[in-house]
Amino acid sequence: MGRTLAEKVWDDHVVRRAEGEPDLLFIDLHLLHEVTSPQAFDGLRQNGRQVRRLDLTLATEDHNTPTLDIDKPIADPVSRAQLETLRKNCAEFGVRLHPLGDVEQGVVHVVGPQLGLTQPGMTVVCGDSHTSTHGAFGGLAFGIGTSQVEHVLATQTLPMARPKTMAITVDGELPADVTAKDLILAVIAKIGTGGGQGYVLEYRGSAIEKLSMEGRMTICNMSIEAGARAGMIAPDETTFAYLKGRPHAPEGEDWDAAVAYWKTLRTDEDAVFDAEVVIEAAELAPFVTWGTNPGQGAPLSANVPDPASYEDPSERLAAEKALEYMGLTAGQPLRDIKVDTVFVGSCTNGRIEDLRNAASLLEGRKVADGVRMLVVPGSVRVALQAVEEGLDKVFKEAGAEWRHAGCSMCLGMNPDQLAPGERSASTSNRNFEGRQGKGGRTHLVSPQVAAATAVLGHLASPADLSDAVTTAGV
Amino acid sequence: MEAFTTHTGRAVPLRRSNVDTDQIIPAHWLKKVTRDGFEDGLFEAWRKDSEFVLNRPERQGATVLVAGPDFGTGSSREHAVWALQNYGFKTVISSRFADIFRGNSLKNGLLTVVLPQETVDALWELTEADPTAEVTVDLEARKVLAAGIDADFELDENARWRLLNGLDDISLTLQNEADIAAYETARPSFKPRTITA
Ligand code: SF4
Repeated sequence: MGRTLAEKVWDDHVVRRAEGEPDLLFIDLHLLHEVTSPQAFDGLRQNGRQVRRLDLTLATEDHNTPTLDIDKPIADPVSRAQLETLRKNCAEFGVRLHPLGDVEQGVVHVVGPQLGLTQPGMTVVCGDSHTSTHGAFGGLAFGIGTSQVEHVLATQTLPMARPKTMAITVDGELPADVTAKDLILAVIAKIGTGGGQGYVLEYRGSAIEKLSMEGRMTICNMSIEAGARAGMIAPDETTFAYLKGRPHAPEGEDWDAAVAYWKTLRTDEDAVFDAEVVIEAAELAPFVTWGTNPGQGAPLSANVPDPASYEDPSERLAAEKALEYMGLTAGQPLRDIKVDTVFVGSCTNGRIEDLRNAASLLEGRKVADGVRMLVVPGSVRVALQAVEEGLDKVFKEAGAEWRHAGCSMCLGMNPDQLAPGERSASTSNRNFEGRQGKGGRTHLVSPQVAAATAVLGHLASPADLSDAVTTAGV
Repeated sequence: MEAFTTHTGRAVPLRRSNVDTDQIIPAHWLKKVTRDGFEDGLFEAWRKDSEFVLNRPERQGATVLVAGPDFGTGSSREHAVWALQNYGFKTVISSRFADIFRGNSLKNGLLTVVLPQETVDALWELTEADPTAEVTVDLEARKVLAAGIDADFELDENARWRLLNGLDDISLTLQNEADIAAYETARPSFKPRTITA
């Protein structure tokens, strides 16, 4: 019987297999950041261990870094101490680090792919659940806990139980204004925040094949919000073209050998998935969340749902609690929801294409009065590219704040936070209670919806912008 | 890691589903660089409410958390496990756990027990009606026992063996050094390196 993509990559990394034990997998790339690594380095020190493969390890600073005044010392002493701890640990053990101020610094899941370190058929891990992003290149990439970070540092392997596989097939054409973000929000709303649990998701079908690498990363990034540790997309010419010429991409004969191998990384025709979900691209629409988990979402044209409409009592209770926290009433049109803040950035939508999409809608328009818009590029390289294309000017002229690269308001570990009761439209991936600041209320949206929302002051799609212009012209 | 064989204690019934790791320990606590001192951050936002179950006087000293489905979703932060342990919890019972959280808990000796929702409901009813009711989680027998409740649970044999003996994964893996070295030698040369030796 044939094998799925996930099974092929898995099999290629088994170091040791024994009856009744998890497989021991080799890890091709280990990414580190300041938040989940200090206790792991401590563990190494306590046991007198070294980092086994410095050449497969890379660290960057992202979660705590400020997005303003980056040349000054970090004001928050605790954030500063955590970054200093990473610097000390990397220096002591010899790990390559891109600190704040370095041209390769940025959100860990933006940095790996842009350096060409993330390639098809690899196993990639990081102490961060959005490591699933890297699966967009056709590898197995998953978030791990700090004990596992220490395990990989010491052994370059991980004992793992073989996951089940789920195919998510999306065929057809995405309608205008429907992006990868809308697609993945719709998938999560359909299968639920626990629907992918225990599975590796493989996104396939003609709508997925037409996506850019940026779009594919957005999709795989949010696999974890459906409960899956990993999401993946088979590599193809789009993948190869993205990688060609990147700093760590193979060259010459190595490139040919790599591509020959990468081309074998497809699910066999006769392979069987443990579960399958089918979605029609043509039926999708711009999608936003109304609740406090990423599965609580609906098309922008819908109304806030009535908790009473849920049959499952725990879902009903969750919806009631969510509406209370979010300050929404059942039946209210989603389009009427006014926001204070718009955040464009994060490892979900902080790449160059995302910034281009948001900027194209802001060109010649203004951010609505009383709305603050923060644009935070995913990495310094993304920022430089945006400046080269003049996108920073577009944002600034529209009245948005153009910031330095990092995680920023995605989780509010730095000063970029929502105040209690404030409401945001955010291109990030989590709308959990307090995620963007204590008492803050988050609606997850695509970069296009974020830009339209910034201009109109309420949740809106790009189509609403042209309607607004027409009305104004009459 | 501390071994886990059997534990008996009073319970905290937490009637909430989808308790994500941002609720278990909010992000600003993640700036600490140690594994201890997270107890005050546990469920920090909810604890502001004096009626929140963890704040009730009759729940002080409880060591068994009985939670709704999909406990531990969201971020991979192991701090969520440390916070539960620092607070004094030895075991968490739910009908479904998020994968990463479950892995993290078992690596730290916090036993996460999966039981059918009906049994969780029964535990909620019992411990809400009688806060002094004790719940026993017996890993050797793979059973949860309380007044009127006798439920078997599953845990894969390997994870159980490591917990019962308090074995640390890294030393176990390092026993396979020869296999790792052999794998490394056979890896294709086109695979990327972050630094050139
Ligand atoms: S951007 Fe947000 S989700 Fe991504 S790594 Fe940073 S904090 Fe995590």
